[in-house]
Amino acid sequence: MKRQSAFAAALVLATASLTVSVPASAADQVIPPELHWSFAGPFGRYDQGQLQRGFKIYREVCSACHSMNLLSFRNLADPGGPGFSEAQVKQIASEYKIKDTDDQGNEIERVGRPADHFPAPFPNEKAAKAANGGVAPPDMSTLAKARGYTRGFPWFVFDIFTQYHEEGPDYIAAILKGFRDPPPKGFKLPPGGHYNVYFPGHNIAMPPPLADGQVKYDDGSPETLQQYSHDVAAFLMWASEPHLNQRKRIGFQVMIYLIVLSGLLYFTKKKVWHEVEAPREAAAGQDPSKTTI
Amino acid sequence: MSGHSTYQPQNKFLQWLEKRLPIGGLIHSSFVVYPVPRNLNYWWTFGGILAFMLASQMITGIILAMHYTPNVHLAFDSVESIMRDVNYGWLLRYLHATGASMFFLAVYIHMFRGIYYGSYKEPREVLWILGVIIYLLMMATGFMGYVLVWGQMSFWAATVITNLFSAIPGVGDAIVTWLWGGFAVGNPTLNRFYSLHYLLPFVIAGVVVLHVWALHVAGQNNPAGIEPKSAKDVVPFTPHATAKDAFGLAVFLIVFAWFVFYIPNYLIHPDNYIPANPAVTPSEIVPEWYYLPFYAILRSIPNKLLGVIALFSAILILAFLPWLDTSRVRSARYRPLFKQFFWLWVIAAIGLGWLGSKPPEGIYVILARLLTFYYFAFFLIILPLLGIFEKTKPLPNSISESVLDAHKGSDAKKHSDKIGAKA
Repeated sequence: MKRQSAFAAALVLATASLTVSVPASAADQVIPPELHWSFAGPFGRYDQGQLQRGFKIYREVCSACHSMNLLSFRNLADPGGPGFSEAQVKQIASEYKIKDTDDQGNEIERVGRPADHFPAPFPNEKAAKAANGGVAPPDMSTLAKARGYTRGFPWFVFDIFTQYHEEGPDYIAAILKGFRDPPPKGFKLPPGGHYNVYFPGHNIAMPPPLADGQVKYDDGSPETLQQYSHDVAAFLMWASEPHLNQRKRIGFQVMIYLIVLSGLLYFTKKKVWHEVEAPREAAAGQDPSKTTI
Repeated sequence: MSGHSTYQPQNKFLQWLEKRLPIGGLIHSSFVVYPVPRNLNYWWTFGGILAFMLASQMITGIILAMHYTPNVHLAFDSVESIMRDVNYGWLLRYLHATGASMFFLAVYIHMFRGIYYGSYKEPREVLWILGVIIYLLMMATGFMGYVLVWGQMSFWAATVITNLFSAIPGVGDAIVTWLWGGFAVGNPTLNRFYSLHYLLPFVIAGVVVLHVWALHVAGQNNPAGIEPKSAKDVVPFTPHATAKDAFGLAVFLIVFAWFVFYIPNYLIHPDNYIPANPAVTPSEIVPEWYYLPFYAILRSIPNKLLGVIALFSAILILAFLPWLDTSRVRSARYRPLFKQFFWLWVIAAIGLGWLGSKPPEGIYVILARLLTFYYFAFFLIILPLLGIFEKTKPLPNSISESVLDAHKGSDAKKHSDKIGAKA
């Protein structure tokens, strides 16, 4: 009640443009299963092979509709990423056409270079909407951090200690596997919508993008929806958080440093306060001159 | 209580400087010989931790400002480019974003400690009020910093919070337009928030100087809540408090580093990784965790103006605490009833925080109203009455006596006299 009146102005502005892909309510969210990720936990690292497979899926399937504006081809060779060589990145970039202007100011299309950003599938948001039934597919640069689900009490307390931090990839993998056709009995699916178990409100604009055998793998990994969904979710996590390997490596060093420092400071403090504590020790029946530090 | 300086530098240059600007003596009397009650526990290390956090936020913030662009079309991408392309930019940004939460965590512990041990009571009223001013400035700074990211939650939090002022009768809408610099949250809003977000930390630093000054005039309170009476009751700041604060800070940094390196997005709402879009309202708009109790108080009152008044009163009432609490005994150790009401109040504050993150419907609204009532009743009814009716426990004669309270023994007394004589 209160909230409505407080945000009335804002809501009026917004309701006109609410689309089917905006979650109807967070309440009817089905919790995605917690998967095993190589990059989870204090020593987590991305699996290069998985990122390369995920990139293949992005390139052959996702990129038909989803942009990834914040990433460049050169990122594919960055340390802690999919681990392509510079020659491979040059090759990949050259397979894309990039819009540019020549020295005379004429609009041209040229061959891609490693420094170029991944080109977007649509020239602008309106075109993306028009081509996708009124809903623009979200940009994938930060998608794995921009998606998640409410953990709720008490899980959000435990998560601090267990370092569970993979809501995004868990949710993305669940969405890719969560399509059901036909929808369960009694569920009214609006035209143009698709039923998805894990999407809040269950009515997602995106049609099922992946199916068994759709993308060829050359490393012998199973060509199943199960495998695809994990691989592309891992790739999107890397796209959102490209320095995760470095972060966790430095984090461990910092932890060791701080724990040793705390230990040294603890004994320093004990030594400094020893004389002040003496009366208390005496009261406890000890001889302060004989106690160590 | 400020330690009279016995500072006599050996170095020729320092002697020369001391005659012209006695800054060495100031530092020496404030942070070396300054007498500290010997019974301070680890809850007293949070002042030093807060000073460290302010410095850390300012250093990381100044470097982030070198790479950030306050423009509605560029802000989100510039934050992302810091995370991706700036050397260790991810570290700077996570230190700064998580640092804000750690700063608030430390300030809440610092405030709870102050209330539990009655640190606001005579002669520390001004010290306490300066603290409340710092807290208010921190809230403003934190809010504006959150907006700078220009994600969905940034934008909608800015819209909701600035809209609070529209509740003011008559001039409300004009004030909101003036705050925005337009008819909606937009580029002028982002620009002024950036300017103020850069300015306010320096204002905080200024008030912190006053806060520390007032502290050094009145002296520190302590767990016994009685003033030091003799040299036996105090120890010099350096090395005693320095060593204890350093250890406390190092342990705090372990918690800080845990969040920064292992769960950096734990306290960041996923929607804030979606660029701000005025045309799409997020399914839920929640503020950062440290504002949640006040958000719950705002929503528990079914009238917009009264809700806003309750929200601001909940913070400003802290400034009147020295006069609302009528008891002459400071420390909760010797106030059995106050101790119970205090812990209930802490539970109410945390409960309100949890309710602030829940949708305002059903049982949540009822609970929020009950806890809001208790939050205010604690200050307005319980504290004034407790001072009159509460039967407090006898206070120890001195700090050194209180230290020995737990281990009463005849040679303890003898030995403490010996130590005292030595000091």
